[in-house]
Amino acid sequence: MGKVGSVSDTVEIAERVEEAPPPGRPSRSIPRRIGEELLRHREASVLIVAIGLGVYFASAHEAFLTRPNLVNIAQATAPVAIIAAGMVLVLVSGEIDLSVAAVAALAPFNMHYLADYYNVPILLAIVLALLISAAIGFVNGAITVFLKVPSFVTTLGTAYVVIGTVLVTSHAFPAPIPDSATDRIRSWFGYSDWAHITWCVLIVVVFHLLLTRTRWGLHTIAVGGNLLGATEAGIRAGRIKIGNFMMVSTLGGFVGILEAFRINTIDPNIGGGFGIMFLAVSAAVIGGTALAGGSGTVLGAFLGALVLAELQNGMNLIGISANPYNVILGVAILISMIANVYLSRLRRAGRT
Amino acid sequence: MAGDGNGSAEALRVEHIAKRFGGVTALADVNLRLGRGEVLGLIGDNGAGKSTLIKIICGFHQPDAGRIFVDGQEVTIRSVDHARTLGIDTVYQDLALVNELTVYHNMFLNRELVRWPMLSNRRMQRLARQHLEDMGVRIPDVDVEVAKLSGGQRQAIAVARSVYSDAKILLLDEPLAAMGAKEGALILDLVRDLKERGEVSIIIIAHNYGQILEVCDRINLLQHGSITFDKPTAETSVQELTDLVVAEYRAARLGRGQATDTRGRG
Repeated sequence: MGKVGSVSDTVEIAERVEEAPPPGRPSRSIPRRIGEELLRHREASVLIVAIGLGVYFASAHEAFLTRPNLVNIAQATAPVAIIAAGMVLVLVSGEIDLSVAAVAALAPFNMHYLADYYNVPILLAIVLALLISAAIGFVNGAITVFLKVPSFVTTLGTAYVVIGTVLVTSHAFPAPIPDSATDRIRSWFGYSDWAHITWCVLIVVVFHLLLTRTRWGLHTIAVGGNLLGATEAGIRAGRIKIGNFMMVSTLGGFVGILEAFRINTIDPNIGGGFGIMFLAVSAAVIGGTALAGGSGTVLGAFLGALVLAELQNGMNLIGISANPYNVILGVAILISMIANVYLSRLRRAGRT
Repeated sequence: MAGDGNGSAEALRVEHIAKRFGGVTALADVNLRLGRGEVLGLIGDNGAGKSTLIKIICGFHQPDAGRIFVDGQEVTIRSVDHARTLGIDTVYQDLALVNELTVYHNMFLNRELVRWPMLSNRRMQRLARQHLEDMGVRIPDVDVEVAKLSGGQRQAIAVARSVYSDAKILLLDEPLAAMGAKEGALILDLVRDLKERGEVSIIIIAHNYGQILEVCDRINLLQHGSITFDKPTAETSVQELTDLVVAEYRAARLGRGQATDTRGRG
């Protein structure tokens, strides 16, 4: 630790830029590398749990691996995982969004109002509904960033405003899918068996790359890890946070639309009030995202959502009542959180 | 290098800078100049306004009054980014490093090399490794997280980052805080090397007068928001500087020298 060599008399600053020759890479022992990689890719442990559960339920009940049941699992995983993908970015940047489930309820109604009352073409109606979702995210971000209201409170407020708006405008009644939606559009946007999981995989991959391989992701981590430091480095933290709020909100709206097409009804209960939001946060936490900001993984959150879906589906199949599901969910969150705290301490200590 | 602009002997000059935060006068009337290639030591007790002054020069705060000249040209520094384009960069007391990111991502923070839309991680790794090697900064590897490094290593990376950014005016805020003697010596050597090359002008803020005298050409003392002392290092001593600060402290204790209101400019 703390080994520092002396500075050579001529510090070759001038020659450093552009194409420097590749220097010898300091080698590290292979077991330590594997250990570090495992710690770095916390998704691995969740993947093991997901596979373990799959194997267990498959052996416990022959229906688990049937096609209809796999569709069930896929359709239960996808909405949570899609929202979780955006939620991870919000959490990593040090904020939270409690309003996504409400936005999920609002978006299909907006699509319905636009398509049926204003004769907006269905695809445009979907796009506009998503833009309105993004605008709600912008409001969340702007209140949080400019008025310095903690996002927990900001989004709690907008959640109720949005839920209330849904109930008032719909008179708390479901609405049919707009007639202008062709069969092809219906199946693309959630009616067909694999639509959900296809969108989900696409979104998870994009958001995973966004977080790990782009400037936006790097700055999201920087803002959540060291807000002052990131700001001093010239990163516009407000822009990052607002952008992330807008993305998760858009994803929330998109999930609402997928769900509406899947159940073939625009129901005010889509999103379950706060339900799917909490599931998304749970998936993120189980997947290794720290609520304190600065670290998290989209792939982990996807696997977290898969674990939750497997649990609910599998317990249902083998005839355990739905009630203990909450107990198991709670225990899973606690175990993951404790593991997160422990792992990050281990990571920090593991300098040698 | 690019310092051939208009040939001004002054890298930086600030005139009558004032800054208030609510009712508190952080800076009353600061006049300061930094010669090209010079290393200026800025000292003063806690609360004297050193950090505020630095944050104004680097664009983090905007002054309420006063003028700033870079290379003899008057400038209004709008933001940290803008200051950077003017060649002003800072190593902060709190380091501005992100623990959760790797060394090379920190080295390139907000100046990332990108092959759109992806980061050019390999290239950043290679350049960061090369640069740290050139500067004699030894760390396990550039792809470890900064959280795993010692305080001295972190400081060295922060300094290396600023130097790498082609800064013409480098502001070092307490660069020797949290440093072992060996690591502190590295930073001082680094400053000497930079001075020899003469391309960078440096302001060092420090508490440790002994170490700062080793590398500085000139010392300024900031008290109650104004520069009250300005001498070449050769003409002053640790003793004199300590006496000045202690005298100020005694005066304050006797209830005199309540400078906030009497000296504050509107």
